[in-house]
This record gives sequence, structure tokens and C-alpha cells, in this order.
Amino acid sequence: MLPKFTYVRPSSLSEALEHSRSDGAVLHAGGTDLLGCLRDGVFPAERVVAMSGLEELRGISPTRDGGLRIGALTTLAEIAAHPLITERYAALAQGAASAASPQLRSQGSLGGNLCQRPRCWYFRSDFHCLRKGGAICYAIAGENQYHCIFGGDRCYIVHPSDTAPALVALDARVRLASPSGTRLLPMESLFVLPSEDVRSETVLQPGELLTEVLLPPPAAGQRSTYRKVRARGAWAFALAGVAVALSGADDRVEGARVVLSGVAPIPWRAVDAEELLTGGRLDAETISRAAAATVTGAQPMTRNGYKVELVRGLTEETLQTLALQ
Amino acid sequence: MAEHRDNRQPSSSGVSRREFLGTVGAGTLGAALVGPAAPASEAAAPQADGLAPVTLLINGRPQQLRVEPRWTLLDVLRDRLGLTGTKLGCGRGECGACTVLIDGLPRYSCMTLALEAEGLEVTTVEGLMNGEELGPVQQAFVDEDAFQCGYCTPGQVVAAEGLLRGSPDPGLEEIQDGMSGNLCRCGTYDHIFKAVRRAVELRQSAGS
Repeated sequence: MLPKFTYVRPSSLSEALEHSRSDGAVLHAGGTDLLGCLRDGVFPAERVVAMSGLEELRGISPTRDGGLRIGALTTLAEIAAHPLITERYAALAQGAASAASPQLRSQGSLGGNLCQRPRCWYFRSDFHCLRKGGAICYAIAGENQYHCIFGGDRCYIVHPSDTAPALVALDARVRLASPSGTRLLPMESLFVLPSEDVRSETVLQPGELLTEVLLPPPAAGQRSTYRKVRARGAWAFALAGVAVALSGADDRVEGARVVLSGVAPIPWRAVDAEELLTGGRLDAETISRAAAATVTGAQPMTRNGYKVELVRGLTEETLQTLALQ
Repeated sequence: MAEHRDNRQPSSSGVSRREFLGTVGAGTLGAALVGPAAPASEAAAPQADGLAPVTLLINGRPQQLRVEPRWTLLDVLRDRLGLTGTKLGCGRGECGACTVLIDGLPRYSCMTLALEAEGLEVTTVEGLMNGEELGPVQQAFVDEDAFQCGYCTPGQVVAAEGLLRGSPDPGLEEIQDGMSGNLCRCGTYDHIFKAVRRAVELRQSAGS
């Protein structure tokens, strides 16, 4: 049984913002991550503020600039199946389709997928780790086969989202609402490294709420894909994944984003690989060099060295697939 | 939906359903079926005792209840309404034994607060019966011997029903993906996949 809490279901955003400011309030979107955290005592909640009454946060609609607006409460299943997303933003559709299980995808929301807490088994269990206000990260000397190879600093979580790397690759923006107004951020600015804040995965402040994601119109010749490797064929988090978005033609790539999942505390841009791909031909040699560049600066821990070669090989295969499109 | 023909509770269930669902102690559940009636409230405002009134639509039938906000839909189905076909497995959204349909989509009832199901249409494995007859997906699992211990079976059946409502004629890969949120510790997956194909045939011949 879950611990006790009170429950409110506001019918407007302003009411939701008001409720979420109170001490001990937590936001409930799909609830698939929240209820697990409450059940496991990862963090407490005095009041659950359900967003399910906020109709304005649902749905997928074209924007005036030719892009797309996705409300934060839109489910992963809706995103994975939407024709405009599968056609124009394939990486996002693939990311949403490869997350969790059919049941969780018909419940879990995009906003929740971006704001979910890490799956580190020390964080999720009884260890009073650094991210929960304790003194140390238990993964450093412990079982770290699923932890990060980039961006670790005192804490070595990986970001569990499959939609976040796709959205960073597609140069999406995210809107955050608070009682004082809204702010619009590049998707990659939503996430914070442990070196910036070891207690939080996003820049969201208490009482602030993620309302929508905005995708820009696709650039000329844009194609994208997300590929995820997991320990079994379904319903598992990424050991490693890569979202790639390219624009321009194969004989001259105009823009390139290569964003890794499952290997860093945030969706991790492989900037060296992006630079190698930009302005050049998408041929076998460039692909091979770019794939090697994705792991520049990797710092594997005692048990996750396999991720280095996994990322390199995964990126190489993914770029080869895109070159054939 | 038209499929929800059986609105009766397990306490009065026939042999075929008991055998299929493995419902235990069915005769003792009658007292739990009718909770104190409370007026429906969309806002689910909690009362002084911490219980909030809620009306849930279960298998086509409105159920007026008073619930603690922390109760999951699974808690309410099993412990308040006696609908014990839906099983508690892992209790953390990983095994699928608690799968129900919400507005026609498969979801984990252990990861859904009962209050969050207000205003939505909930279908449990009991709601897939045609009167005293097994529904097509249930019959298909029997025909294909798609279980051993049977504990995961109600969740598997409901997940298959949800898959087929969204995609009436899936191929093997789509079936494997559609059923990937349900674990079977006996490992009867091949039979489960065959049962889903068999269910496609039975649904087609039943014209549903």
C-alpha cells in the first residue's frame, strides 16, 4: 500500500500552480514513475496534485511556424502513433515507442518521461545516497554496470528517458510555467549535471510545471532516428542509445546532432561527432570517424566499460542506416 | 461498450468463470460489494475521515465508493469490489498481472490511483465474459493451452484484448510487442502468442 497523502485534481493551470507551491506537494501526470517512487520511499509526498484535469496540456497540434506542439500530458503511445511525428520526427516516435511497455506507454506522459527520476538502484532503494541528501554515491565502489561513462561527478546516474535524447537531437524547446509566468528553454537546457546540482535532474523549480514541448519545422533534408540497446528485447531501460538528426544531403550534411541516452546523467550531445559530420559527406570513413568521436572523453567505471564500445558500434550502425535513407 | 455484457459480481459467478479466473473465496465476497453509497463528485474532495467519494465505471456499471487517495485501482477492484480476476503481482508496474483496460487501452491498475480512474471506462477480465460463456480472447487461451499456473493469465488476456481492439489482425512481431508488458514465469509465451492469433480468428468469426 502507498503511504498516505492528500489528493487534489485542479481544473486549471493556475490552480495547479497554486497547489504545487505548497510544502510536500508533488505533481502527478501519468503517475507511472511517481507511484513507484512513493511506494519505495524514494521521496515523500504530503499532497499529490493530479494534472489529469488540465485538458489544455493534452494533444498534438501543428504550430504556425510549421512545427509541432505537444502538450505535456500527451501519452507516449499517442506520440509513437501520431502520423505527423512518425513522418517528420521519426526519432521522437521511435523513442516514445521504445520506452517501457504498452501499458506504461498508454499511461505515461511526455512531461513525465522528461521529468522522471533516475533508475539508479541505490537511489531507488534504501541507500541514503548523495542524490537523496546523503554523503556519498554508492555506485562508485559498488555495482555500477548500468551507470554513466560521461558527465559523472560525485553522482553517476544515467538519464532514463528515451524521448529526451530524440527531442534534443530535433532541437525542441520546452515551456515551463510558474505563478510569475512562463519560460521557454532549449530542450537540452532543461537537464542539469550532478556538477551543477546533485539533487535534481532538471532546472524545474519548486512550484514550476512543464506544460508543453515545441518542435521546430524540419530543416531541408532532415531525417532522424533513435536506436536503443537494452538487456532484452522489450520493457527495459537503455544500456545505451543514440538519437541522430541530420539535415542536408548525403554528399553534404548541413546539420548534425548526435545525442546519447543511457550513458550520462543528461541526454549527452556527442559534440565532436557532430562537428565531424557537419559540412562533410556521409560516407563510410566519415561515419567511422564520427562513431569513434562519440566516445571521446568517456570515463568508464569499474563495471561499465562495455558501454564505450557499445556506443561506438551503435552510432556507427545508426549512421549507416541513415546514409541509406 | 457493447462487449461489457456481464455486469454481475464474482459472488454469483458460474463454474466456467470460476475455473477460468481462479477466483477464490467467491462466496464470501458479497458483503464487500456494496460499499456505503456516496454522492458522485468530480472534484473528489476528501471528507473529514480522509475518504473521498468517487464513482468508477467498472465493466459498464457505475460503482459509487469512498476511497483513500492512496488506494490504487487494483486495491479497489480486488478489496472493495471483489473483482479478484485482476491479480496483484509485482505491485510496481513491471509484470502485467494487474492489467485492465481504461478507455479501451491496457494499463497497470497497480500504478493507477483509483481517483485517477474517475470518469474513465474500466474493463477487467470479468468484463470480457459473454454472459456465462468465455469471451473470444479467454476461449483462445483455453484452446491454445496458453498458461500453466495461470496467475498471470487474466492480465495476459486483458492485454491481448487491448492489443486486438487497437489492431484486430496483428502479425507475430506486433503480438510480441503488444504482449511485452506481461511476464509469464512459467514461460508459456509461444502458446500465448498462438492464443492471440487464435483470438483473432474467434473474434472474426464472432463478428466482433
